[in-house]
Amino acid sequence: MSARTLDRPRLALVLAALGFLALFLLLPLVVVFVEALRQGLGAYAAALVDPDALSAIRLTLLVAAISVPVNLVFGVLAAWAIAKFDFPGKSLLITFLDLPFSVSPVVAGLIYVLVFGAQGWLGPWLEAYDIQIVFAVPGIVLATVFVTFPFVARELIPLMLEQGRDDEEAALSLGASGLQTFLRVTLPNVRWGLLYGVLLCNARAMGEFGAVSVVSGHLRGMTNTMPLHVEILYNEYNFVAAFAVASLLACLALLTLVLKTALEARFHNSNRKA
Amino acid sequence: MIRLEGITKAYGDYPALKGLDLSVRDGEFLALLGPSGSGKTTLLRIIAGLAFPDAGRVLFNGEDVTDLQVAERKVGFVFQHYALFKHMTIADNVGFGLSVRARRERPGRAAIRARAHELLDLVQLGGLGERYPAQLSGGQRQRVALARALAVEPQLLLLDEPFGALDAKVRKTLRRWLRELHKQMGLTSIFVTHDQEEALELADRVVVMDQGRIEQIGSAEQVYMEPASAFVADFVGETCVLPGGVHVRPHDIEIVSDVGHPVVVGNVFRKGGMWRVEGALAGHDRLVEFDLESRLVPPGLGQTVYIRPRRMKIFEATERNAP
Repeated sequence: MSARTLDRPRLALVLAALGFLALFLLLPLVVVFVEALRQGLGAYAAALVDPDALSAIRLTLLVAAISVPVNLVFGVLAAWAIAKFDFPGKSLLITFLDLPFSVSPVVAGLIYVLVFGAQGWLGPWLEAYDIQIVFAVPGIVLATVFVTFPFVARELIPLMLEQGRDDEEAALSLGASGLQTFLRVTLPNVRWGLLYGVLLCNARAMGEFGAVSVVSGHLRGMTNTMPLHVEILYNEYNFVAAFAVASLLACLALLTLVLKTALEARFHNSNRKA
Repeated sequence: MIRLEGITKAYGDYPALKGLDLSVRDGEFLALLGPSGSGKTTLLRIIAGLAFPDAGRVLFNGEDVTDLQVAERKVGFVFQHYALFKHMTIADNVGFGLSVRARRERPGRAAIRARAHELLDLVQLGGLGERYPAQLSGGQRQRVALARALAVEPQLLLLDEPFGALDAKVRKTLRRWLRELHKQMGLTSIFVTHDQEEALELADRVVVMDQGRIEQIGSAEQVYMEPASAFVADFVGETCVLPGGVHVRPHDIEIVSDVGHPVVVGNVFRKGGMWRVEGALAGHDRLVEFDLESRLVPPGLGQTVYIRPRRMKIFEATERNAP
């Protein structure tokens, strides 16, 4: 008997798994595109070039363009510090890194409202200097940065720990400075993992709903990101437009998946070669 | 000359080095030999400037370098697992030390390449410069690591278990090759090993370490023939312990007619050009092994023979207690 032959119970299990997958993952994805195109390509395109939709797309891109680089830098630094150095408070830092994963995004958003909002701790001070954070773009960026903070660091820490400090010590023993070591040895060693982390970070930054919803204030054409815009359109029974914008997010998800798979293959190859 | 004075180092509560002194002569090939946990690698890292002692001083040619970082000490360090930069070609790996120098002291690109290829020729890897570390065998990687360390013209070469990750055959060839290379260059070198054979074969002098202390420093001959302690006798070469703290090498035991220690023969096999006899020392719960010349007829299993040491060392019955 070849192992490839499926007996009946196995076949049933495989079918059940595939059925589940189709029902809960594939079907919703298909529905998004079907609903978006229900009234034809014209309506679909019109929904996307609507000024409010365009503004939401712009804002989402802007937020991602700020929060991803910020988390790239801080994530790399945090991972570097944790993996390559010993210092007091290290385990505390690791715990804090995970905080955004363990806290509900809504709570995260709420924290920013409580700190920076008009009634918040820094509210009067901010008002005195005419700085608007909550219900404005800075608040959305802050909330997104918070929620997406762990992605890069979490991806890099295990990788860097596994690689150890030998390469860095070798570079130092050859006369390299700390910065040269970091740029020419540490970073290239983790480049695929880093790219992978950035990709996930970006997907989450563009798709984040909860935290952003709390701090955004839902001002149309001003502080609505794509996920928030989808919700508003849906609540107004404007299904075609809602699904049209949602289809863009779905495309982003699909693109992320493809890139992620490609990166994983690359990543594992380069790791195995070592 | 390198001098270590009262080097002490602890990791948390664990004392890794307990105040040791050591002098290394210029041009010497020195082995740090000991079991794992003896502190030999820690000592090597302290000499390199990759670790720092809690107390004590490190002197290079009379100059105190205790607080200098590894980059400032001009040492070449070869890591146990080579630590080659896997995203760089072999030539770039070898040239790395030159390419990170400050602009004023940095040779041109072409000069760095030329130097890298020169060194690759030296380690017999000419022509492999454009490959990546993943495309080389273990022994080749080892030699790349060596060439890379030599590229910065160190005043001292340090090797951490240089043959630890290689199979027996490659290990032997590389060992001989490294010995020759050292003769050629005369560069002061220190290597760490837990393999006594390696230490005895390569080193001018062997430093035997145990539990953060130096047990004995001497030539291979001295360490083997005149062990300073029961530990050295036991760790370097094979040793049988007979009653009364008598330590004796298996090849220094002979069979006598009846005035010796009775041994019940348990196993006899060929080892090298000799018979190796294993047996139980009668009246003691202890195994002994000894060698007989191959022209002799070996005793049969279960037979009782009487043995006598031809040459021995006596150490007080200090049964070593495990840490």
